[in-house]
Amino acid sequence: METADLHIAEEHANEAHEHHEQGFVAKYIFSQDHKIIAKQFLITGILWAVIGGLLSVFFRLQLGFPDMSMEWLRPLLGGWITPTGQLDTEFYLAMVTMHGTIMVFFVLTAGLSGTFSNFLIPLQIGARDMASGFMNMLSYWFFFLSSVIMFISFFISTGPASGGWVIYPPLSALPQAMSGSGLGMTLWLVSMALFIVSTLLGGINYITTVINLRTDGMSFDKLPLTIWAFFLTAIIGLLSFPVLLSAALLLILDRSFGTSFYLSEIYIGGEALPNLGGSPILFQHLFWFLGHPEVYIVLLPSLGITSEIISTNSRKPIFGYKAMIGSMIGIGFLSFIVWAHHMFVTGMNPFLGSIFMLLTLIIAIPSAIKVFNYITTLWKGNIVFTPAMLFSIGLVSFFISGGLTGIFLGNSALDIQLHDTYFVVAHFHLVMGSAAFFGMLAGVYHWFPKMFGRMMDAKLGYVHFWFTFIGIYLIFFPMHYIGIAGFPRRYYSFTNFDAFSTFTDLNAFISIAAVLTFVAQFIFLFNFFYSIFRGRKAPANPWNSNTLEWTTPINPGHGNWPGEIPKVYRWPYDYSKPVNEEYAGKMSEEELANMPDFIPQTVPYSETPETNLPHENDLINLEVKDDEGAIVIDTKKEE
Amino acid sequence: MIKDIRITEEPKKTMSMNPKRFLLWMFMVSIVMIFASLTSAYIVRQAEGNWLTFELPQLLWYSTVILLLSSLTAQLAYRAAKQDNLATLKTTLGLTVILGVSFLITQLYSWGVLIDNHVYFVGNPSGSFLYVLMGVHGFHLLSGLVYLLIVLTQSFTYKVHSKNLLHLSLSVSYWHFLDVLWIYLFVFLLLNH
Repeated sequence: METADLHIAEEHANEAHEHHEQGFVAKYIFSQDHKIIAKQFLITGILWAVIGGLLSVFFRLQLGFPDMSMEWLRPLLGGWITPTGQLDTEFYLAMVTMHGTIMVFFVLTAGLSGTFSNFLIPLQIGARDMASGFMNMLSYWFFFLSSVIMFISFFISTGPASGGWVIYPPLSALPQAMSGSGLGMTLWLVSMALFIVSTLLGGINYITTVINLRTDGMSFDKLPLTIWAFFLTAIIGLLSFPVLLSAALLLILDRSFGTSFYLSEIYIGGEALPNLGGSPILFQHLFWFLGHPEVYIVLLPSLGITSEIISTNSRKPIFGYKAMIGSMIGIGFLSFIVWAHHMFVTGMNPFLGSIFMLLTLIIAIPSAIKVFNYITTLWKGNIVFTPAMLFSIGLVSFFISGGLTGIFLGNSALDIQLHDTYFVVAHFHLVMGSAAFFGMLAGVYHWFPKMFGRMMDAKLGYVHFWFTFIGIYLIFFPMHYIGIAGFPRRYYSFTNFDAFSTFTDLNAFISIAAVLTFVAQFIFLFNFFYSIFRGRKAPANPWNSNTLEWTTPINPGHGNWPGEIPKVYRWPYDYSKPVNEEYAGKMSEEELANMPDFIPQTVPYSETPETNLPHENDLINLEVKDDEGAIVIDTKKEE
Repeated sequence: MIKDIRITEEPKKTMSMNPKRFLLWMFMVSIVMIFASLTSAYIVRQAEGNWLTFELPQLLWYSTVILLLSSLTAQLAYRAAKQDNLATLKTTLGLTVILGVSFLITQLYSWGVLIDNHVYFVGNPSGSFLYVLMGVHGFHLLSGLVYLLIVLTQSFTYKVHSKNLLHLSLSVSYWHFLDVLWIYLFVFLLLNH
């Protein structure tokens, strides 16, 4: 009787959820609904991705065609084009810096985690919303404010921050060092401080929601791998972003208040600065303590999304569900004790270097487990090649080819030759940049029907995929050769070095590939925005998927489920579950052929006797009849 | 009568606690990381030499005692609210706020003592670090003080009692946390200055 009462109470709560109409501002702008906030993150992320991509096209043109006249860019870049029609050298550095900052933080952290953690966590764990809708709203608006400040820094006369996205002092600390270290750097630091606040507010919310608001039956061993990935990402962010805040705080004090945390014994223009006793290496330690986990903050959500999409579209259970969780935990743990591999050539003790090398190379093990599991999930699967599936497979490809070069770079001896060359650029653009980007695109194609109630065009999706996939390999594969030859990153041009003249053609080739890949993204942009308004209406469960979000209405309202929140009885990967021996003999060919190839998480074992395994039948046997003939669970039997 | 009985196993309830309390815990974790990174930066920098050594102001002992007392009164306030002893709640909670403010004032005075001893914010990082550690802790303490003040005003309108303890218990937990954090910083500074 008690349970019945509870249900009634809950239904009342739902009515309260539905019946209050919100105004436009409360519904779409200062919204506390996780689905709207997710879309806000997504659209802002897409805008940033376009800006970040455009910057890379500009500096790729400079690198590929150093003699080209950039006069045609003057309407857009104005004074940043020199009177002779060349790209301003300081602005080149600013573009490289902003490209890195935008892509790593604004697109692949906020745009990726912000979108999919917000959208999928409540929908996939069976919650009405996040633990704190208000904090969630603050998280977006802190990100928005941070975005606005970063964007403004493009329009100041000294230009945006130019010291690289890693902002190493003393270069970033002294306005005398370069014009970008003036106001541009101050704005960068303010913007990033707000960004960190946004990430922490979001991350704290994700962790709390996953732990406390799961629906009945959604134990940790029944969570979709997407949620596991978002959960671990949020934990990594919670532990690492405060450290970046400390590093930034000390840098702000050095820049604006005259302290000497990172500065010591510096002469500029023959004049000694008053700063004494600081250590620039200290900044690198603090920065990379965030910086390395940040790589996994970017990548893990994409790996989670890929697990879900590959399993659904292979029509097979994910191979090694627990191994997937274990390796993500392993990667998350190791990510905190490998930061010094970014600092092999800072004069570090070689013995310490070899310890960090060992720890770094150990990451190859959980990464390889994940790759192995993706491939074995695909193996003999009944694969459905949706655009999302193609992008997920593309991610696995990039993860392998970029991961292999990670083994080279993790080696402290090889790093003497390879550090700060285009080999590094090629490595992390494949394994972190492109892989994470593909995860994000896969997620957009896969959950677009749930977000907007309409389908994206699949044919345009295929065209987009093949152009992007081939384009990315054409850009980054040749870069390895240039890197081994010794091309340093962040250089404005290489025409002064005879040794590099043999690579002129290759550099031009990369630039052409980059431009084409960038242009191909407009296919996606068109498809995305057109489909929001004009796309084909989506069915309730377009990919025949098991997870909870597809049990909501096609356009879920505030509170997600109009009635009770569904309960969960099984894990999310019961695809193509075979009929058990007991029933196989009894069923006709036709009946066998008509068995559904997926069993949603909300279906109890008692409804699927044909496919239950012996231990799953035992779960049903716990039920007994009580005195009045109703079915209840005998808790004593459970032990 | 019921005609169609569906036999379904009832899924287990998931573990959960009050989300607001959990949010506070997560917030504390991020604060711990800030101070963990600052104190490890302190150690790394100290190991590199060129490190000014100086005596910590005697006043810090007094401020530590004040903060410990404030934790005690905060706990008394929580107990009073639990027993619906609303008069005691108001006095002890008010006392906590007063002690918190006096802690901050004592910290400011100890900065004055440091300046008298020629240990400046701008100068050798050993001094700068002390100011930063105390300053960042003070900033967080200020946020705890604001939270306590909000709960205090609520207690004057009789909104805090044994049936409505959430915000009182959260603010008191946060206050204890800031207290322990200061003890950690103080012991750290005593051992490493």
